[in-house]
Amino acid sequence: MRIRPVGTHALLLDCDDPEQVEAWRAELWHRRASGELTATEIVPGAVTVLLDGVPDPEAAAARIAGWRPRAADSGAATEEVRVPTVYDGEDLPRVAAHWDTDVPAVVDRLRRTEFRVAFCGFAPGFAYLTGLPPELAVPRLATPRTRVPAGSVALAGPYAGIYPAASPGGWLLVGRTDLPLFDVRADPPARLTPGTRVRLVDAP
Amino acid sequence: MIEVLRAGALTTVQDQGRPGWAHLGVPRSGALDPAALRLANRLVGNDEHAAGLEITMTGCVLRFTRAVAVALTGAPAEVVVEWPPPGARRRPGDVGRPLALPAGAVLRVGPARAGVRTWLAVSGGITVEAVLGSRSTDTLSGLGPPPLRDGDRLPLGIPDGPPPPVDLTVTEPLPDELRLTVRPGPRQGWFTPQALSLLCGNAYTVSPDSNRVGARLAGAALPRAVAGELPSEGLVLGAVQVPPDGQPLVFLADHPTTGGYPVVGVVDDVTPLAQARPGATVTFHGPQR
Repeated sequence: MRIRPVGTHALLLDCDDPEQVEAWRAELWHRRASGELTATEIVPGAVTVLLDGVPDPEAAAARIAGWRPRAADSGAATEEVRVPTVYDGEDLPRVAAHWDTDVPAVVDRLRRTEFRVAFCGFAPGFAYLTGLPPELAVPRLATPRTRVPAGSVALAGPYAGIYPAASPGGWLLVGRTDLPLFDVRADPPARLTPGTRVRLVDAP
Repeated sequence: MIEVLRAGALTTVQDQGRPGWAHLGVPRSGALDPAALRLANRLVGNDEHAAGLEITMTGCVLRFTRAVAVALTGAPAEVVVEWPPPGARRRPGDVGRPLALPAGAVLRVGPARAGVRTWLAVSGGITVEAVLGSRSTDTLSGLGPPPLRDGDRLPLGIPDGPPPPVDLTVTEPLPDELRLTVRPGPRQGWFTPQALSLLCGNAYTVSPDSNRVGARLAGAALPRAVAGELPSEGLVLGAVQVPPDGQPLVFLADHPTTGGYPVVGVVDDVTPLAQARPGATVTFHGPQR
């Protein structure tokens, strides 16, 4: 892990892999809750953790360099969100072609995968879900759709994601869910927060 | 209550924004010049976190159903108050000075004479429903109230007390040239060693595509040393992101929380960009100058 300054009030932790990101994300949230760290935002990325709103980044960087995060939780203690999914996405044949298999095998694979929220972005409540092996990464559409319906379950690169609201999008659609993913009256407002384990189970 | 008689090109409700939710993909949003809105709030006796209006370029016309104190800050504009009944009496007002209006008064804010944005505070504050602790309109995510439309009615809160006795506010005039202090960014290594000196050695022009998300600039392209895509990572206010065409974009209040283009530098204070008209000249300087 390497710490880089970002402007006058932020730090970026460059991690080796997504597991280290999750370990540092959990460690930094814990240290902030216990009062050892002041930061307005702790934002995991694909291989980084951003700390923003840090009053003295130089001193914070020195302290963080001395911390050792515990290994990313293997999952037993953290919540699992089961997302009822209907697998009828129009891009299933395209994903099957990329994976060199057929549609039932794609659905079976998604059903069996234990996902984890690596980070959020793109829109409020949009979670980047890791869990598929890198060799199953799929490209985005060359021309994004102008409107992807809310609740669409989709794949892009090594990630799975669920659109919390209707929006333009270039991910490959594999299914849909009725589970509300972002509600400003809920606490937390996002159903899928960084670190959450996720299973795309069959909708009843 | 405020009745919106003419909303203008883009008038939004803004306060100091909704920090603390970036890990869920929620932008900070809030007034593009938070200090200007805080000043306007102080001039009418409000808490600094009260919500006001951010008025863009073309002005707006508002009617107040009850007696209020209002104050405008930011870009200079012609301000006219019409006393009830309609057309009975007109009186000019000023940006930077509090105005006491009787119930039924109409406030006409003209187009910005220089700069882009004017902030309006009203005694009691605008009390549209708060979303995640803020009443700000976020033009990227759609959180908060939609931009004002003609005929909208906005609720007002109960004033804390009378406005302070202020006759005159001293504010810095808008600069003719926008000088921004920039520090090397976290992905400087993705650019050639010349990129930062190109950024600091050339004048850039504000593009018409600029908005509350970011100020897009046109000028010397910043050459990349590393090809390929950067894995998505968290972004800060003032990040200078460089898409494949090499033209820099400075992120403002409604910026996305994560992004995949490398950040060559970070601007210390982006508030001058709130007043940057398309075609305005921007220069970047290191923190030592």
